[in-house]
Amino acid sequence: MKFSLGPSLFFWPKHQVESFYQKAKDSKSDIIYLGETVCSKRRELRVKDWLNVAKELSQSNKQIVISTMTLLESPAEVQTMRKLCDNGDFLIEANDLSAVQIMQELKMPFVAGPAINCYNVSTLKVLLNQGMIRWVMPVELSGDWLKTLLIQAEQENVRHLFECEVFSWGYLPLAYSARCFTARSEDKPKDDCQYCCIKYPLGRKMNSREGERVFVLNGIQTMSGYQYNLINEIEQMNSLGVDIARISADSEIAFEKLIEFKKQLIEPSNLQLSKVEECNGYWHKIAGMSLA
Amino acid sequence: MELLCPAGNFPALKTAINNGADAVYIGMKDDTNARHFAGLNFNDGKLVKAADYVHLHNKKLHVAINTFAHPDGETRWRKAVDDAVAIGCDALIIADLGVLDYAANQYPEIERHVSVQASTTNIEAIKFFHNNFDVSRVVLPRVLSIQQVKQLAKNTPVPLEVFAFGSLCIMSEGRCYLSSYMTGESPNTAGACSPAKYVRWQETDKGLESRLNDVLIDRYQPEEKAGYPTLCKGRFEVDDNIYHALEEPTSLNTLELIPQLSQMGVVSVKIEGRQRSPAYVEQVTTTWRSALDCYQQKPENFQIESKWMDALGNLSEGEQTTLGAYHRKWQ
Repeated sequence: MKFSLGPSLFFWPKHQVESFYQKAKDSKSDIIYLGETVCSKRRELRVKDWLNVAKELSQSNKQIVISTMTLLESPAEVQTMRKLCDNGDFLIEANDLSAVQIMQELKMPFVAGPAINCYNVSTLKVLLNQGMIRWVMPVELSGDWLKTLLIQAEQENVRHLFECEVFSWGYLPLAYSARCFTARSEDKPKDDCQYCCIKYPLGRKMNSREGERVFVLNGIQTMSGYQYNLINEIEQMNSLGVDIARISADSEIAFEKLIEFKKQLIEPSNLQLSKVEECNGYWHKIAGMSLA
Repeated sequence: MELLCPAGNFPALKTAINNGADAVYIGMKDDTNARHFAGLNFNDGKLVKAADYVHLHNKKLHVAINTFAHPDGETRWRKAVDDAVAIGCDALIIADLGVLDYAANQYPEIERHVSVQASTTNIEAIKFFHNNFDVSRVVLPRVLSIQQVKQLAKNTPVPLEVFAFGSLCIMSEGRCYLSSYMTGESPNTAGACSPAKYVRWQETDKGLESRLNDVLIDRYQPEEKAGYPTLCKGRFEVDDNIYHALEEPTSLNTLELIPQLSQMGVVSVKIEGRQRSPAYVEQVTTTWRSALDCYQQKPENFQIESKWMDALGNLSEGEQTTLGAYHRKWQ
């Protein structure tokens, strides 16, 4: 089983991104995803900057993947994505069917990211026909769902055509809107957001009026209030044939998580998780915010 | 522009047709559609009756099969397609790529519309559906500004349908897991957002409280009007500020966009609300029919009548309406 470092979903200053990926080079990850997936207004790094970081990282012995935007609304956004897709060097993670369309035109393989709605084997087959070589399961699906789906992929003789990756640690990306909730929280219109989400390297916490952590606001994205943590499920994932576990790049803590997850695979133990910080409900087919 | 109205049951369907809908959309009585609510939707006999009534009046019937097929239940989604075709539906509204693939191969002659749940927001995504499934229409999610709709309309190889009125989903549809995060059930897999079985109301010292799977969504003072606890429309706390952090209880109303939508070539305006009563369907259909007819008769003189706005306002969540994402400032 391999471990990946997912793309950072937050908006960080350029120097922080660069220093993060300097450290990522020496991390325990086998695969590194990078790129802006949430908001096209976040331009601390432009296309060439991301590709430069990717080139720098490719000197390590890791596979480098460029992740692309999830909600694309304007021709300019699609144009920028096309440049990334056509980079010539790095594998692409498609987070919208527009990227799938472009990769198919370019006749290049791609990773179907967690925001592509692939819930069944028929959809997997459609995506395989387009050039998918790796499938990241939508975050709301369970271990049972995955198990059934992978068995069917075996039966249909397509399982060997793709790798399966599961989002295993970090704040979950849950929803995308036209509205920027961080700008709204500062009473700013989106068109004059002043890039305020850069002030919140881990997003803004949104609690119920009883203080229960409900969601994290991250620009136009809404995330889980708790960090998803499948460390106690990693063995099961391995036995189901999951090829890659994704550790999301929430912060530099992700590097420690990569070490912990790898260790857990070799020396499994039942780790105590925090009820007010962590969740694993989706995997267990209950409310995502619950801890089984 | 076609006026496409919702029907959660046969009386609503009749009402929509009798009051001027050009087409009606319905769903099956199971989790294959995104309004899988108790007591709603159509089963075998009612399906036939629905199709007969619509066709007798020379109108069109669209069937929404717009959730994502479960791996152990793909046959259920395929059967829904088979059944819809068997009763003579005019269009299938589909979100799942596997289901679309099945429909395109089995019934190439039946129109396929890309459901709003497929989150198709740009030209390349539209091309994807056009090239792979030869679709006849794309329903746009409620996340685009009117300028963005216009740009798409100019370049799209596939005709566009937009949401015109009703409950406002503020997230890109089909890409919102907030409901499953809180309850375990999502629109994508269970066909319902903030399902009623998880809702609890409680009078407390602090006010009337609404909860979803025990999470406090809102608390109302006696003078405030309480609304259904759709989780994105509650009041939450962000750094000591208590407010509608995501959205207020409000409905989408785009009457004033009729001229623009029509000029840009949008082929259909959709009314949301299969879960609503026949009375709602009657009022919205009547109002929109009048507005569309007025525009068609004298486009240059089109003006919004206050009685239309009043009628629609009364049917709206929190009795207020918005242009939503169509209006940049909302974003």
